[in-house]
Amino acid sequence: MTYSTVAARIKQKRIAQLIARGKRLDERGPNDHRAIQIETGLIERAEGSARVRLGKTEVLVGIKIETGEPFPDTPNEGVLTVNAELVPLASPSFEAGPPDENSIELARIVDRGIRESKAIDLASLCVEPGKNVFVVFVDVYVLNHDGNLIDASALASLAALLNTKMFNYEVKEGEVKIKPGYTPLPLRNHPVAVTFAKINDKLIADPWLEEEQVMDARLTMTLDKDGKICALQKGGYGYFTTQQVFEAAGIAIEKAQELRKLVVKE
Amino acid sequence: MSQKKQEKLIDENGVRLDGRKVNELRPLKIEVGILGNADGSAYIELGKNRILAAVYGPREVHPKHLALPDRAVLRCRYHMAPFSVQERKSPAPSRRELELSKVIRESLEPSVFLEYYPRTSIDLFIEVLQADGGTRCAGITAASLALADAGIPMKDLVAACAAGKVEGQIVLDLTDVEDKGGEADMPLAFMLNANAITLLQMDGLLTDEEFKQAVNLAVEGCKQVYQHQKDALKDKYMAAKEAVKEEATEE
Amino acid sequence: MPVFYERRQLVTPGDLLAENDYMTGENTYKENGKIYATRVGLVEYEERRVSVVALKAFYVPAVGDTVIGKVVEVGMSGWNIDIRAPHPAMLRASDALERPFRPQKDDLPSIFDVGDLVIAKIVAYDRTRDPLLTILEPSLGKITRGQIVEITPTKIPRVIGKKGSMITMLKQETGCQITIGQNGLIQVSGKTPEDERLAILAIRKIEQEAHISGLTDRVTEMIKKEKGEKEVVESVTEETGKTD
Repeated sequence: MTYSTVAARIKQKRIAQLIARGKRLDERGPNDHRAIQIETGLIERAEGSARVRLGKTEVLVGIKIETGEPFPDTPNEGVLTVNAELVPLASPSFEAGPPDENSIELARIVDRGIRESKAIDLASLCVEPGKNVFVVFVDVYVLNHDGNLIDASALASLAALLNTKMFNYEVKEGEVKIKPGYTPLPLRNHPVAVTFAKINDKLIADPWLEEEQVMDARLTMTLDKDGKICALQKGGYGYFTTQQVFEAAGIAIEKAQELRKLVVKE
Repeated sequence: MSQKKQEKLIDENGVRLDGRKVNELRPLKIEVGILGNADGSAYIELGKNRILAAVYGPREVHPKHLALPDRAVLRCRYHMAPFSVQERKSPAPSRRELELSKVIRESLEPSVFLEYYPRTSIDLFIEVLQADGGTRCAGITAASLALADAGIPMKDLVAACAAGKVEGQIVLDLTDVEDKGGEADMPLAFMLNANAITLLQMDGLLTDEEFKQAVNLAVEGCKQVYQHQKDALKDKYMAAKEAVKEEATEE
Repeated sequence: MPVFYERRQLVTPGDLLAENDYMTGENTYKENGKIYATRVGLVEYEERRVSVVALKAFYVPAVGDTVIGKVVEVGMSGWNIDIRAPHPAMLRASDALERPFRPQKDDLPSIFDVGDLVIAKIVAYDRTRDPLLTILEPSLGKITRGQIVEITPTKIPRVIGKKGSMITMLKQETGCQITIGQNGLIQVSGKTPEDERLAILAIRKIEQEAHISGLTDRVTEMIKKEKGEKEVVESVTEETGKTD
């Protein structure tokens, strides 16, 4: 069947009108996220994995750890690399091919959250300085796009990292030899992303697909476990006033705490 | 290899490595209309940054299926020359350049009357000839002028400037060294009349309070950049006026 | 009735020109009761209207405009013409032939081929389609003589002048035929290449100094000077018998 991805104009109007009155098409308030389901460890071959359902948006993240060369300017550190795939089965608007600007932006936002919050102690992943380090591959696989891929991907990445077990190893003659047993990957921070859309000059959190089609702009804030901002990204062809940006920050700090509790078991 | 003791980025008197105070912009030089073929162009020097921006359009969209029925399509390509950075960069577009191309486009879209020119494209090219931190901001500043130079109707100019945190202090307009050695870097683009933030990114770590300070400082920086932009546009046309005056006095 | 600039002051996009009571003229827009400039240019305040005379703008087609264009493609039933606008223009074979087009019998390139210049009029144009041209009027058609000079379209009114004063003077002083395209292209056709050159120099000067007053006098003076110098050079070479 051919589905058009163009939003019907009357629906767009209706969404904008409701939001002006503080209501949304589902029963959420302006600051509420959709129902979230998290499952971990579903991909045995991966060192870690997690699937997040945020409403109908579905993202699967797999973590692979391999050995490789460090970057020349950080010879004593392991490497973190995040990649995102907007696979064609996730939406009629996704096409097969090399990563486009949307998947690159998504990957880099998720990457910033993990990297800037120093969630992974990259120094502990060094095997032989300058020659051999562990590379942590975070691969974000979007399975169904129903809006707000960023928050879902960031949450799934965090859950997957928490689920990640590194194989035990010893270094013999400069080579990594795998020993039996596993150790959980130590995570020092738990970054969580909160995304807002601006519609009719109002801010709403966690826009779903039809809201995204109507929004002028979006703002993503990633918070670490101490409530510090570790990444920011404005997207979309519109803008935010400084007031709105500060308002969003206030809401995001609280929201992030709530979302974090779903993933990080005390 | 032994580690050299890190030189402090900001000394006890609040003076940075290049002699600036924490809330000072680097020396800024802008020239408008310097390329012959482009419909509009601008060149900017911000500290050691050297960046060229050019606009072609509004023109027919190629490939045709990308055309929009009700407005122009704004396309942007941010690219760094291989010799622009310390270690030669491969000419192939990197993921960073692709992301920056997107956010730069989104920072300028709100400023252009795209609805006036349906089924056309406005193509923006930003080439970084030499980089020293803050290239996306300088690129946006130049690109906005290139759009104005092309005679494309705009709501306002877009000025951009970064703020960040270095050695515990909130500073304006970070150099590459400050970005690498500091705690946070936050590029921001601003449209004055609408009080609109059209680009906002950050990597690093900031508390809510520091974030507010940084945003306010960056906006102040943008206001200064905005003045420079206006002056650069006026300079271009004043030159013709002065030439005529001289001719007249000679006779 | 607040206004913020003096007449003919240089303004840039986003400059606040007036508030409330004024109406928006060319190259301005209104938001929240405030009127701003959309282009770089000189601000003009009339009775109740504020506008900006743009110093640089590209040509936007308007029905009824005479334009000069270059044939860039011979199509199936007509030609694609570059009129230096955001969209290419179309000239239908049936228009050029003044009768229905017969694909078997009519050879389009022999009428107009790629690279030919035409003077045409715009008969149709809207947001949903490219401009459509006609050459049915007597003054329209292929350009075969003279030279083409291109200036930024916003300066065309200056080349024409108030009630045609500038263009009349140009034609008189240079002895050239001058046809103006609203899209910034001007055809200059004179008895000698030198005459055409004079006209072109004059047009270029107008473009450079369009926004400075006293233009007509300066241009007239420049032409006379150029012609005067030429006459002096000619008389000198006659005396010495030397030729350059």
